[in-house]
Amino acid sequence: MMARKGTPLISKLAPGHRGCAGCGAALAAKLVLEGAGDDIIVCSPTGCLEVFTTPFPDNAWQVPWIHSLFENAAAVASGIERALRAMGNDHTKVMVIAGDGSTFDIGFGAISGMWERGHDVTYVCYDNEAYMNTGIQRSGSTPLCAATTTSPAGRVSLGKPQNKKNMPEIAVAHGCPYVATTSIGYPKDVITKVRKAVHTEGPTYVQVHSPCCTGWYYDPSLTAEIARLAVETGLYPLVEFENGVLTNVRKIHKRKPVEEYLKAQGRFKHLFKKEEGKEALRRIQQIADDNVKRYALE
Amino acid sequence: MMHKSPEMERMSVVEGSYAVAHAVKTCRPDVISAYPITPQTHIVEYLSQFVADGELNSEYINVESEFSALSALVGASAAGARTYSATTSQGLALMNEVLFNASGMRLPIVMTIVNRSLSAPINIWNDHQDSISARDAGWIQLYVEDAQEAGDAIAQAYWVAENHDVLLPTMVCMDGFILSHTYEPVVLLEEEKTREFLPPYEPLHKLDPANPKAFGMFMGPEMYTEFRYMQELAMDAALPKIKEAAALFKKIYGRWRGDVVDEYHADADVLLIAMGSVVGTIKDVIDELREEGVSVGLLKVRAFRPFPKQEIREAIKRAKVVAVLDKDVSIGTREGALFSEIKAALYNTPTRVPVVGYILGLGGRDIPAARIRQIVADAERVMEEGIKQESTYIDVNEEAI
Repeated sequence: MMARKGTPLISKLAPGHRGCAGCGAALAAKLVLEGAGDDIIVCSPTGCLEVFTTPFPDNAWQVPWIHSLFENAAAVASGIERALRAMGNDHTKVMVIAGDGSTFDIGFGAISGMWERGHDVTYVCYDNEAYMNTGIQRSGSTPLCAATTTSPAGRVSLGKPQNKKNMPEIAVAHGCPYVATTSIGYPKDVITKVRKAVHTEGPTYVQVHSPCCTGWYYDPSLTAEIARLAVETGLYPLVEFENGVLTNVRKIHKRKPVEEYLKAQGRFKHLFKKEEGKEALRRIQQIADDNVKRYALE
Repeated sequence: MMHKSPEMERMSVVEGSYAVAHAVKTCRPDVISAYPITPQTHIVEYLSQFVADGELNSEYINVESEFSALSALVGASAAGARTYSATTSQGLALMNEVLFNASGMRLPIVMTIVNRSLSAPINIWNDHQDSISARDAGWIQLYVEDAQEAGDAIAQAYWVAENHDVLLPTMVCMDGFILSHTYEPVVLLEEEKTREFLPPYEPLHKLDPANPKAFGMFMGPEMYTEFRYMQELAMDAALPKIKEAAALFKKIYGRWRGDVVDEYHADADVLLIAMGSVVGTIKDVIDELREEGVSVGLLKVRAFRPFPKQEIREAIKRAKVVAVLDKDVSIGTREGALFSEIKAALYNTPTRVPVVGYILGLGGRDIPAARIRQIVADAERVMEEGIKQESTYIDVNEEAI
């Protein structure tokens, strides 16, 4: 945790949860709750976070919290928001904290519906780029050439053959008034953006890059460092869209080559062992270069 | 000139769907969420219009699927709201995962199922396969026989579901088109009587920042069974509550369509057992047959979940043969669900009446009075000659196969 001496972070996520040492998602949830404030109801789909925070009868959430299913958090949140309105509660905020499998894949239809209807819900995706809780399988958020158990590297495969889905821009296309990407490598950035999202009326989307040491195969002490490398290489641009317009980006002062980020993780190690890996590395570098250009990161 | 009873004076001729929508309006749900699907459509259209006209002050969520319709109500109900939805067939099948979730979280959502067959082949007409397929989802299931009961049962459903001894979601199942799209004389629920009958929903637990609680937690083998068992206990508690609700409803509104079961000349040799709109046809046929001297009666099963085993056992004790009519089938058994369950209810009792099953009315096939007569005649043969065929598909056109 990045709290400085004298300013302890009072988290609404109790420290007694059962997340792995070095878990990016747990850190994300703490920071998100810090930004969310006290008057909040949180809805989570099935995923790592749900499992490690609520093994009955233990409960790490110090805010009202509901888990329903893997694919319906956005719909459940829609119902909570309208129920509050129906019962005359005009102050309590509603938030979803969901993983990328739920967000990018199985819950996508419900999210689209919620955004189209314009519910005043802040949807936060902790993006660890795979289905981690079920054993590290690929999701629509898994980046190009990452090896997972369902997109393994093999004799003829270099890992996931597709690019990561661009969820933030899909949110922008739905007319969400506030959309942002952030990273647990930058705790203040997470808190600030979540706070901004919660206080923006209407549907808002915040995507928090949350490295997973068990799924990405790196030392648990390196979570924050890996997260920062993703940003510093241009692979995970930190941006803000307000009312459809790109209003803010985190500038990269001295950009690092993507190899520096990829080499630090076991999920990309096959790229450095094979001749074909060179071409893959070139393609990944191209993604970073395109991001830098698209969002004017330099 | 015919004398009009006070009840007849208050009758209006309305579509079954209207009777339901109007009943929902008098129950004042805080949140309604639905996705349109034939033949449920008219109910949600009427409700949309009530909201659009300011006659009903509910939040109406136009979701993008039936899956989200029920999911939204899970959230709304957990937040402490009274909630309503309606669906049918494929829509109910799409909700399946959420059905279990809503009952597991003990959320007293009320939903009308406008019964319709399931695809494939796609068919929009009535049978009970959709709600019967959801029988193990932990929802109370009430089956109604006419438009009057379809509306009245809504208020009773909330009364039972929201009771703190119960807290179970409830389906009121009405036959698609036969009841939903037919105009019948109905006494619509009066607002003031519903206010007297139905107390406001007081959630036992809700999502509240002032008193944070968690819903839908992760649970291991050490407690999962206990939670399932608690749902069973809630179903046990629901059975007398359904009776209580029906009795109180009769006291306030003056009407009775049964509680967990209803009997019509049930002290007969030939006892028919059925659910839903076919009950009306059966009653007419019974009237005719009894004039002809046939000892035939009916046990209407109104609550399929909780299953009224004791009441069914009591009724069957007096019969010499039992014929069960099902508008559904569990493929691979040649049996409808009601038939299987009635046999199972009797097996460990001394009652050894022959029980035969008839599968009919699938995909909207008409059930004319002549078919009911045919079943009664067949059951009379069974009474004399014993069972030759345990379960029979009625009206199968062998040439088409």
